[in-house]
Amino acid sequence: MKTEALYFAIRNTKLLVGAGIILVLLGIGVIGPFFIDKPPTEYVGMQMQPPGGEFWLGTNTFGQDLWAQFVHGLRTTFLVGALGGGIAAVIGMVVGFLAGYKGGWIDEILNMLTNIVLVLPTLAVLFILNAYIGVRSAGMQALFIGLTQWPWAARSIRAQTFSLRGRDFVDLARLSGVGSGRIIMREIAPNMSSYLLLTFILLFGGSILIASSLDFIGLGPTDAVSLGLMLQQAHQWSAMHLGLWWWFVPPGAGITLIVGALYVANVGLDEVFNPKLREL
Amino acid sequence: MLKLDGVTKVYRIGAFGGQTMTAVDDAGFEIKPGEVVSLIGESGSGKSTIGKMVLRLLPPTSGTISIDGRDVRGIGRRDYYRKVQGVFQDPFSSYNPVFKADRVFAMIREVYFRGVPDKEWTAKIEAALDAVRLSPAAVLNKFPHQLSGGQLQRLLIARALLLDIEYLVADEIISMLDASTRIDVLNLLADLKQRGLGVLFITHDLALGNYISERTVVLHKGRIVEYGPTDAVFEQPEHAYTKKLLASVPQLHTKWEDAS
Amino acid sequence: MTLEVDDLRVYYRTLKGDVQALDGVSFPLRDGEILGLAGESGCGKTTLGKALIRLDGRMKHVGGSVTLDGQVLPIGDDAKMNPYRFKHVSLIPQYSMSAMNPTRKIGRMVRELLESRREKLDLDELHNRLDLVELPKDVLGKYPIELSGGMKQRMVMVISTLLNPSLLIADEITSALDVSTQKAVVTTLKGFRDRGFVKSMIFITHDISLTNQLADTIMVMYAGKLAEKAPASTVVNAPKHPYTQLLISSLPEVGVRYADKRLTGIPGNPPSLLKPEPGCRFRDRCPLAFEKCAEDPPPVEVEKDHVVACWKAA
Ligand SMILES: Nc1ncnc2c1ncn2[C@@H]1O[C@H](COP(=O)(O)OP(=O)(O)OP(=O)(O)O)[C@@H](O)[C@H]1O
Ligand SMILES: Nc1ncnc2c1ncn2[C@@H]1O[C@H](COP(=O)(O)OP(=O)(O)O)[C@@H](O)[C@H]1O
Ligand code: SF4
Ligand SMILES: [Mg+2]
Ligand SMILES: [Mg+2]
Repeated sequence: MKTEALYFAIRNTKLLVGAGIILVLLGIGVIGPFFIDKPPTEYVGMQMQPPGGEFWLGTNTFGQDLWAQFVHGLRTTFLVGALGGGIAAVIGMVVGFLAGYKGGWIDEILNMLTNIVLVLPTLAVLFILNAYIGVRSAGMQALFIGLTQWPWAARSIRAQTFSLRGRDFVDLARLSGVGSGRIIMREIAPNMSSYLLLTFILLFGGSILIASSLDFIGLGPTDAVSLGLMLQQAHQWSAMHLGLWWWFVPPGAGITLIVGALYVANVGLDEVFNPKLREL
Repeated sequence: MLKLDGVTKVYRIGAFGGQTMTAVDDAGFEIKPGEVVSLIGESGSGKSTIGKMVLRLLPPTSGTISIDGRDVRGIGRRDYYRKVQGVFQDPFSSYNPVFKADRVFAMIREVYFRGVPDKEWTAKIEAALDAVRLSPAAVLNKFPHQLSGGQLQRLLIARALLLDIEYLVADEIISMLDASTRIDVLNLLADLKQRGLGVLFITHDLALGNYISERTVVLHKGRIVEYGPTDAVFEQPEHAYTKKLLASVPQLHTKWEDAS
Repeated sequence: MTLEVDDLRVYYRTLKGDVQALDGVSFPLRDGEILGLAGESGCGKTTLGKALIRLDGRMKHVGGSVTLDGQVLPIGDDAKMNPYRFKHVSLIPQYSMSAMNPTRKIGRMVRELLESRREKLDLDELHNRLDLVELPKDVLGKYPIELSGGMKQRMVMVISTLLNPSLLIADEITSALDVSTQKAVVTTLKGFRDRGFVKSMIFITHDISLTNQLADTIMVMYAGKLAEKAPASTVVNAPKHPYTQLLISSLPEVGVRYADKRLTGIPGNPPSLLKPEPGCRFRDRCPLAFEKCAEDPPPVEVEKDHVVACWKAA
């Protein structure tokens, strides 16, 4: 079973291409900053330099090194994506598993909670929070995204748990004296492992997109550089009019590539796990 | 003795549990050690609901289930499942498909036999497998889809035997099996009763019930319509419903047209 | 002659190699004949049924031919088979009850199906047939989940025979039903044949007692090959193949009790169909096996309409 999945995984072009792109970008984001000794916001040289030997991606109107910004931005973007997606996945799993397995009034309460968060006007809430708390770090951004993005994951996990709960092996585990928590973790979750992975990937990509749009409308972190922030600044300082394509193309392409590659990898993984979609 | 007394189960159905449906209505019967009682009825008559209540997977709405005179609700679950175990209809759904089939043994060990050393445990498993006539090499360390339905059902019975159970609830355990494997599992149940096990044998097929059981309970729309020694129920069914069930059993040497 | 199957071979492609699930099966099916197809799980019954109508992605047509009403069916070509489905040959698949689209009302499902076949819905005829299977007309306005197992099964039967196909294949349609519903379903199928809704039928099940209630002829398969084929009463009363004999004697009949007569099963398991060894595939379990069984026993007509593939029987 496992080896079979592996067999199909290493032959699935979509998965390989998607994962390859992600790994390369992740590598740049993780290792890259160690090779850049100055902080990305430092004014290092000539303004508006096109890409070249000294500044790989050129500089912006302030003379900041865009390669340095891109590399640090990638790191932040991945971090926010992983953290936001991770928080959303954990909440979604806890809520979904509990509601689906326990049923009854627990299900009804959790369902209500899910629906409330689902219809919450997130942007308005964020504006208000921002005005009152005023903390704008990458961590807070991830937390906020995580706290608002879980409902759809919870819903689909609940539905799957619900159908697995009716299977006889769950009853048999109960007859073996195993408690609810263990049944969820050790009987139900492993049956959905591929699905949970797919959910996390989608949440991950979703968080990156949301973070970037938040950055773009000016709600980004104030303590870090991210790809979304680069875009926002390029926009604010009219990079387009000035013809400074090297200011907005790399971050734009970076976001598109990450999200696109995640999506492609997701489709590939789906094919690997789902025998019906496999092409033999 | 396992005894049901006035057991009723009402399910709540509909969007907010607004409607109800009585699946089992005032059921009472008993199972003695060393006997097979068959519980017979059409699908939807409430057989599995009774089985699940006996296994405490569902709480009865009213009525009591007792074992040797003690209400089962007063017995801790772990102690209860040492004495009473179940096997279900669909062998493939009874195993978690992502794990090897013999994990059902490991689960029992984790809860009930933590301190038992490996060697002793292996011997215990071998004895249980021997009792259900499976060879360890053929079934251990395999995934459920690598085993046949009959092997899977026998593994589950072996699992129950590890606990030295007194009663077994067998809910349609052979209806998904092949004709040639059916009889093996049926014979196995009959052999076990000779070792003192009490079996609740749930089926819709009167001929199967008749093959192994001492007493028969016939269930119709949640109510018991006939209850007595299998011979009597089988040879002189009193209720029209029992007669209909009997006439529906496909027989090898008689056609339905000729029988009626 | 409705159907003529000649040396049909259909394999499944898998990572480990081909599974020889149907390995050279030949049989005729006369007009009006109901053929009961029996055998252990995994012996190739479903594979045979599917081969006559639609090969799924992993199946490949390795050899042999299928002739329906004088025309050779292009079974290896999914697109070319399309005009034949429902109109000439129809299949009620195993587990079809749970395969009905849960989001469509039944009436709409029927209409859409007919549209996809470019056929008009004859509502009167549909109502007639619902009557015949004792389903109320208002089932058409219901969703599949609102029907019980037996009702769903009868509905599927009505739908798949609406265009009066020559051949109906019913795969294990009674296995999930209780005895009284089984009886109703089987009686209905017989009625379909008697009224000419279908010309002939292949009824697949592993329950020989049930097949015997309905079938004119019973064909027993073992591990992808034909073991024995004969009129139903012959198979039940005077089987010649050792496998059939053991199978019949393992059936608990009405009135037989464990205490009086202990029945026995067939020890052992069928062989793997992945590169099976040459020779009789029942050899490992056969009490009569002898040296010659290392060669493949050919199906031989030992008497009229009675075909057996066993060296001892021929
Ligand atoms: N998709 C598949 N891929 C590979 N092998 C398959 C596939 N489907 C079936 N087989 C194999 O082909 C053989 C015949 O299977 P088939 O489904 O025809 O059996 P059957 O007689 O209908 O059994 P049952 O009574 O369980 O329905 C079996 O050995 C089975 O494992
Ligand atoms: N969880 C449930 N919720 C609501 N109704 C149920 C539930 N389980 C079973 N029922 C209903 O109770 C009746 C008896 O079901 P069951 O005990 O499964 O019958 P059997 O095992 O005899 O086929 C049926 O009408 C069924 O639809
Ligand atoms: S050919 Fe040989 S092995 Fe096969 S069934 Fe006949 S006697 Fe048995
Ligand atoms: Mg049931
Ligand atoms: Mg089949």
